[in-house]
Amino acid sequence: MAKYLLLKHYRGAPASVNDVPMDQWTPEEISAHMQYMHDFAARLEKTGEYVDGQALAPEGTWVRYDGEGRPPVTDGPFAETKDLIAGWMVIDVDSYERAVELAGELSAAPGAGGKPIHEWLELRPFLTATPNVTECH
Amino acid sequence: MNEALLRSLTPSVLAVLVRRGADFAAAEDAVQDALIEALRVWPADPPRDAKGWLVTVAWRKFLDATRADAARRRREDLVDEEPAPGPAPSVDDTLQLYFLCAHPSLTPSSAVALTLRAVGGLTTRQIAQAYLVPEATMAQRISRAKRTVSGVRFDRPGDVATVLRVLYLVFNEGYSGDVDLAAEAIRLTRQLAAAIDHPEVSGLLALMLLHHARRAARTASDGSLVPLAEQDRGRWDTRLIAEGVAILQTALARDRLGEFQAQAAIAALHADAPTAEETDWVQIVEWYDELARLTDNPVVRLNRAVAVGEADGPRAGLAALAALDASLPRHAAVAAYLHERDGDLATAARLYAEAAHKAPNLAERDHLTRQAARLNARRSR
Repeated sequence: MAKYLLLKHYRGAPASVNDVPMDQWTPEEISAHMQYMHDFAARLEKTGEYVDGQALAPEGTWVRYDGEGRPPVTDGPFAETKDLIAGWMVIDVDSYERAVELAGELSAAPGAGGKPIHEWLELRPFLTATPNVTECH
Repeated sequence: MNEALLRSLTPSVLAVLVRRGADFAAAEDAVQDALIEALRVWPADPPRDAKGWLVTVAWRKFLDATRADAARRRREDLVDEEPAPGPAPSVDDTLQLYFLCAHPSLTPSSAVALTLRAVGGLTTRQIAQAYLVPEATMAQRISRAKRTVSGVRFDRPGDVATVLRVLYLVFNEGYSGDVDLAAEAIRLTRQLAAAIDHPEVSGLLALMLLHHARRAARTASDGSLVPLAEQDRGRWDTRLIAEGVAILQTALARDRLGEFQAQAAIAALHADAPTAEETDWVQIVEWYDELARLTDNPVVRLNRAVAVGEADGPRAGLAALAALDASLPRHAAVAAYLHERDGDLATAARLYAEAAHKAPNLAERDHLTRQAARLNARRSR
């Protein structure tokens, strides 16, 4: 019973095996890809492992505090930002091995030519709020 | 209305339905519906016989659902209004439910969810909130679990160790959302102890009570962790400690030692010390040796190294630690603590920072970061 974040990157991940940008796929290939993602999430809901999934716009704003009584400063987006998150899925699984298995399945989503993208996904464990009761002695 | 009392009736009501011939999954749904109706109706109109009321309503819900089902499938051959008396149960019904919900064919998370619902009488929503997953996900997890065990015979004794592992998992989850899982685990373990006479059930119950007794002292008002040595022992619940110790002593006297009894013995020795300095670390090391013989758990050996450090000095603790795999969780945290005790503050500070980086939860990370910061501030002065 541990939660993991599956992170998908626009930019910053190592190159996929089937590394063709989506705008060069056929419309059918795009539909097949979307269907795969949808089915994957639906399947996880059925197994009782799905928590959340969201996609993010590629461009955002950088914001910081600028002192008492002043509006926050905004900046960006920066073209040089190396790490750009595209979206995520949160899963709740029994083991790390299961999380890896599911990430592998998600990475097999079809891309150009209907072939798996072999996209690199980042798998990050959640920090729980507190330690196990019997661990704190 | 006492919700805990209502929920304590769950397993026996469920067992009545199953004994009357309802299949487990449908019976469990019907009992859940009856519980929800009780929560709605009882405050204004409390029944004289709570269990009788629940059985009647649950059975009616079961019949309604089955009829609807049967009508859908054009099958009318299943039920009649008055149930035939089922076979006399050979093993206690409540106990059977524990075995079923902890069945080895279930994954740990499924067994936990099913136990909390079918034995504990929690709603799917409450379980979902406690484990911070969407209600739909938890509903699927539970219905899958029910399908998995649907073929399991209800009248066979199971392995009590599987049940204890499930209850231990629930207890360890502690308190999140609006459900106190630690308290619920204690309630379910008490109920189990009443249904079966087994020293490890007692051992687990004692362990839970002894840890629960320290709960108020375990966190500061800002939510940060307070290590055992720094806890205000005046805030420990002496009533729970006394109960835990008494249960443990009775169990140990039967001379069938198991890992939960050994863990409880360690917790009891901590509870017994009026101050941290008066802790009987020599005996604690002996219990860790027992525990290491009973389980092949590297975490036990890590905790043993801490105890050795207290009993025989930090150098001895570091020597015990050196024999262990450095990739073990909390290895760096233990090493940091022992190095600080040994006076090597630079190494300790570095290891505390490393341990914070690897910490599996926020409270521990914050605690370890503070330890590193404390040593760094002292060194730079």
